[in-house]
Amino acid sequence: MRNTFSEALYEAAKNDPSIYIVVADISPAGSMAQFSTEYPDRFINVGVAEQSMIGICAGLALKGCQPFAYTIATFSLYRPFEFIRDDLGYQNLPVTVVGMGAGIIYSTLGGTHHTQEDIAIAGAIPNMQILAPCDPLECIDATKYCATQKTGPIYLRIGKAGEPVVTENAAEPWKFGKLRYITRGTDVCVMSYGVIMKQAKEVADTLRAQGNSVSLVSAHTLKPLDRDGIADALKSHNKVIVIEEHAPQGGLAPQTKQIAWDIRATCDLHTFTLKDAFIHNYGSHDDLLAAHGISVDKILSSIG
Amino acid sequence: MSESTPSQNFDPVASRKRCRKFRKRILEISQQVMALHIGSAFSCTEIVECIYFSLMRNGPSHNSPDTFLMSKGHGCMIQYVILESMGILSRQDLDQYCTPEGRLGCHPDYGNPGIEASTGSLGHGLSMAIGMAIAEKGFGKDGIIYAVLSDGELQEGSTWEAIMMASSLNVDNLVVFIDNNDFQSLGRTSETHPSFYPVDDKFTAFGWEAVEVEGHDTQKIFETVTSRSGTKPLAVICKTTKGKGISYMENIPIWHYRSPNPEEYLIGLKELDEQRS
Repeated sequence: MRNTFSEALYEAAKNDPSIYIVVADISPAGSMAQFSTEYPDRFINVGVAEQSMIGICAGLALKGCQPFAYTIATFSLYRPFEFIRDDLGYQNLPVTVVGMGAGIIYSTLGGTHHTQEDIAIAGAIPNMQILAPCDPLECIDATKYCATQKTGPIYLRIGKAGEPVVTENAAEPWKFGKLRYITRGTDVCVMSYGVIMKQAKEVADTLRAQGNSVSLVSAHTLKPLDRDGIADALKSHNKVIVIEEHAPQGGLAPQTKQIAWDIRATCDLHTFTLKDAFIHNYGSHDDLLAAHGISVDKILSSIG
Repeated sequence: MSESTPSQNFDPVASRKRCRKFRKRILEISQQVMALHIGSAFSCTEIVECIYFSLMRNGPSHNSPDTFLMSKGHGCMIQYVILESMGILSRQDLDQYCTPEGRLGCHPDYGNPGIEASTGSLGHGLSMAIGMAIAEKGFGKDGIIYAVLSDGELQEGSTWEAIMMASSLNVDNLVVFIDNNDFQSLGRTSETHPSFYPVDDKFTAFGWEAVEVEGHDTQKIFETVTSRSGTKPLAVICKTTKGKGISYMENIPIWHYRSPNPEEYLIGLKELDEQRS
């Protein structure tokens, strides 16, 4: 997904001289290297200096530029948090903070490289928008939005590499701020975002094979959240399953529960999140997800 | 780099007169609202006056190609009274300072007239100034970015990230003033952080041009900036006195934030009047 992001950003940036890419000592993936060669004045590597990365982006935006700050999610969002809050949120500047390898994708690097709370933290900042594309195709749409919008700051949560395409024949196009039905059904709704859409799709496919009419939904815009769309999904399905690679607080799952309460939803609602606990074990991404209860088998056995 | 051409020849008498006027106006406002950071504003009065009236082209106006950023946001009262004097902020704006009806608070808020960035949390301004300077060059403009930092602000790690980057990024259209009044909340900086001095060496080590000047001498500030090489970012280390201009305030930490009572106010006005040259 990071290569797809880089390609989409390169395409946008080569036609828009106001787009800058400010990175913090991270190898320029894919087309970003090409961008840095072709447009060296608009590719800035601040080094291991994430506060400065955000501050420089703010200064660029204050003068009318459209900057992207890019590094591993934990360093792009957590380390310079107060700069993101004050410089980007408070001043409401159109800067995109890209959190690459978000969630627990860096599954062998330990907790210092995990972002289990990023949606909650970014979402708590007024003016902040949050996008979490579920596959490379959604990443293109999300990046195009980030490159052209002037609404305010964005936290763009992306994966790393190897994510499968799941939206190629989606029932609906990507639209900022709206739930996206990848498939439409009437019995069960499986809702997720980000790179674990792969597991969500497996859950949906299995349920469909068992004879259910299944919706698979990408909640790619976490803020502003499509509350009406979620309410509709809760009303129009017998069972709603939310799967997210995020702590139990502040993400899609608790917000969906809140909406369900507000509308007095009568469907079954199952949520699967990471635990409220740091991860001290290692292995593959799937291994770590499973350790926190997120695997296709566990989800299927839990929902009965 | 592009040449910055200050809009007028330097007039030291007019500059001193303006500084006195601005201090008196700040004293006047201190009688309506207690939250003022008066000592911090008096510390950088000459620096900010020089930037606005002698260094920025077209002065403090909406159409200056140059930019002023008050990184030590708590000193913004001097910025407010200068913007008021030029009609960018109104008297009503200042009358309603820190009131529910007003729009001006103790720290600059982006979106208010003449305010180029929101500050207040120390250590943010320099990175933003660098970003602005890069943008100016990227757009092919010749704007100069002027920023004022406090010396306490130099203790923020983020400031050193930015100092490291400015020269590395060849940001030669950036002029930074350090309001080196030697005070922060818990005492003299030279006593709490003696290894921090001399300051100019630190900037020079990171590839800046750095010059130390008497920070209440606007002519020297002006001459230092206009005679810079223009090939590097410039740091002007301004040796200043916190609370400058009012004897009972000078170098007394309580005047970082306290406002004078009516009796002290009259004494302050009298002292300023006696400084007429």
